[in-house]
Amino acid sequence: MEPSDHLFRRESGRMVAALTRIFGIHNLALAEDVVQEAFCRALEVWQLRGVPENPSAWLMATAKNAALDTLRRQRTARTFAPDLGQMLQSEWTLAPVVAELFAPNAIKDDLLRMMFSCCLPRLPEETQVALVLHILCGFSVSEIASAFVSTEASIEKRITRAKKVLARSKKLFDIASDTEFSARLPVVHRALYLLFNEGYHGASADTAVHAGLCREAMRLTAILLEHSLAKTPTTYALAALMCFDAARLPARVDESGNLNSLFEQDRSQWDQELIAEGLMFLELSATGSEPTEYHIEAAIACIHARAQRPQDTDWPSIVSLYDRLMTIHPSPVVALNRAIAVAQNEGPERGLEEIRAIPDIERLATYPFYSAALGELELKSGRNEAASQHFRAALELARNPTERRFLEERAAACAKTTGLVEY
Amino acid sequence: MSEFTYLFRGRNTSGSPEEMQKHLEKWVAWFKELGAKGHIKEQGHPLDGTGKVVKGNGKTVSDGPYAEAKDVIGGYMVIEAKDLAHAAEISKGCPILEVGGSVEVRPIQKLNM
Repeated sequence: MEPSDHLFRRESGRMVAALTRIFGIHNLALAEDVVQEAFCRALEVWQLRGVPENPSAWLMATAKNAALDTLRRQRTARTFAPDLGQMLQSEWTLAPVVAELFAPNAIKDDLLRMMFSCCLPRLPEETQVALVLHILCGFSVSEIASAFVSTEASIEKRITRAKKVLARSKKLFDIASDTEFSARLPVVHRALYLLFNEGYHGASADTAVHAGLCREAMRLTAILLEHSLAKTPTTYALAALMCFDAARLPARVDESGNLNSLFEQDRSQWDQELIAEGLMFLELSATGSEPTEYHIEAAIACIHARAQRPQDTDWPSIVSLYDRLMTIHPSPVVALNRAIAVAQNEGPERGLEEIRAIPDIERLATYPFYSAALGELELKSGRNEAASQHFRAALELARNPTERRFLEERAAACAKTTGLVEY
Repeated sequence: MSEFTYLFRGRNTSGSPEEMQKHLEKWVAWFKELGAKGHIKEQGHPLDGTGKVVKGNGKTVSDGPYAEAKDVIGGYMVIEAKDLAHAAEISKGCPILEVGGSVEVRPIQKLNM
C-alpha cells in the first residue's frame, strides 16, 4: 500500500496539536520532538514491512504511546497541561485520560484550539500564517521559505520568535469560552484568507506550491465548518470564496507553465464541483448580520465563476460589489480591481481615470499587476507605446519566471498591433 | 541462485514530514522493484533501537548495543541473487544510502550435502 499524498504533513499537525493539549503549550518543542520520533519509527517499520492499512491510526497510536512514556518518565521533572495536572500524575487515571484525549473528536478540538492559539493578535499577520503552516500543516521552515519566496533565515527567526511568544502565553486558547471564541474568530479568518491568497497570488513560481497552500487553507476552513461556534455566516463566505477561486486554478496556468489571465482561461477546465460547493456555501453565508469583505469577494468570484464566456460577465454588478467592498475594507488593491471592472463596463479611458483617482496609489508601486493593468488599458485605448512602457515597468517587478513570461508576452502584443512592426 | 542477508545500518532522523514521506515512498518503490524481479526471499524485520548485550562466561547483561546511530542495525532482509557481486549491485538501489546509512551484504552459508 502507498501512503496518500502529504499524509505525514497532515498527520504532523494532528499529532502536534494532540500532544500539545496534553503536554501544555509551554512544551510545544517536546511535542514536536515526540512527533518527529513517531515519524522515524514509522519510517523504520514501514520501509521494511510496508505501509499499514490505516497509516493515520498507526501514527496516532505511536504518538499516544510516546506521550504515555514521556509523561511517566518526566512527570516529576516537568509540569504538563495545568488543567490536567493531577490526572496525569496518578497511574490510575493516566492511561484512560490519555486515551480519551486521543479520541477522534478530541483531536478535532485540538486542531481548532491550536489554530486559534497560532492566530495570536499580538503576532504580525504574516507570522500567524507562517505559524499555522508550520505547526498545523507540517511545513518545514525551508518549505515555508520557498513557498513565500523568502529566506530560510528570516522565516526561521520569525517562527522561533513566535513559538516563544506562544510558549509564554501559558495556556492554549480556550475554545469553550464563547466570547473569546467570537473575538478571535475574525483573526483566524484573516490568517486563513491570507494563506489562501499566498497560494492563489503568491510569488512562488511552482504551481504545485500554489495548489498546496490553497488546499491547506481550505482544509483548515473545513475544520472551522465542523465546529458549532466557528460555523458562522462569515466562515461560510470565506469557504465560498476559496471554492470559487480554487475552481479556476486548473485553468490559470497552461501545460507549458504560462499564466493565463481570467479573460484567456479555458473555462471548460474550471472545476464545476468546487463551483457547486461554493454556491452552496454562499447560500449558507447569506444569513445573519452585515456582510463582510469575504461575502463580497465571494459574490464577485461567484459572478466570474458563473460566466460561461468572458463577455457574459455581469460587470455592472461587479462594479457595485467593489463599491461596497471599498466602504467595508478599502485598499489600493481593491480600488485597482474596481477600476479594472469599471473599464470592462465603461471602456478603458474610464478605467484609467479611476486608477489615477486612487488616493494612495503609490502603495502599489511594487505590485507588478498595477503597471500591468495600466498597460492593458493603454493597449485597449490604442496607445501601444505607453502600454508597452507599462508592461516593461511591470516586468522589472515580476517575482518569478511565470510572471515574467506573461508580462513579456503582453509587452510583445503591444508591438504586434501598432502597425509599426518593420517588415 | 544464492541467498544473502542485507543488514541495514543507520536511521533517517531529520527532515520535514514531507521529506520523510518522500523517503518512505522511495523504499516502497524499491521493494516493489525487488519483488517484481523475484529477489525477495524473506521480507525481514525492522529492529527496535533498544536491546541488551549478554557477554562472556560471567553472562553479564548490559544495555546496548549503543553504537553510533549510523552503525546501529535498523533491520534486515533476505534476498536471492546470482552471487555476492550481484547482491551488492542490487543493494545500490536502497534509499538508506541517500541518508548516510549503509547496507551490509552477507552471503548466507548453507549446509551442502
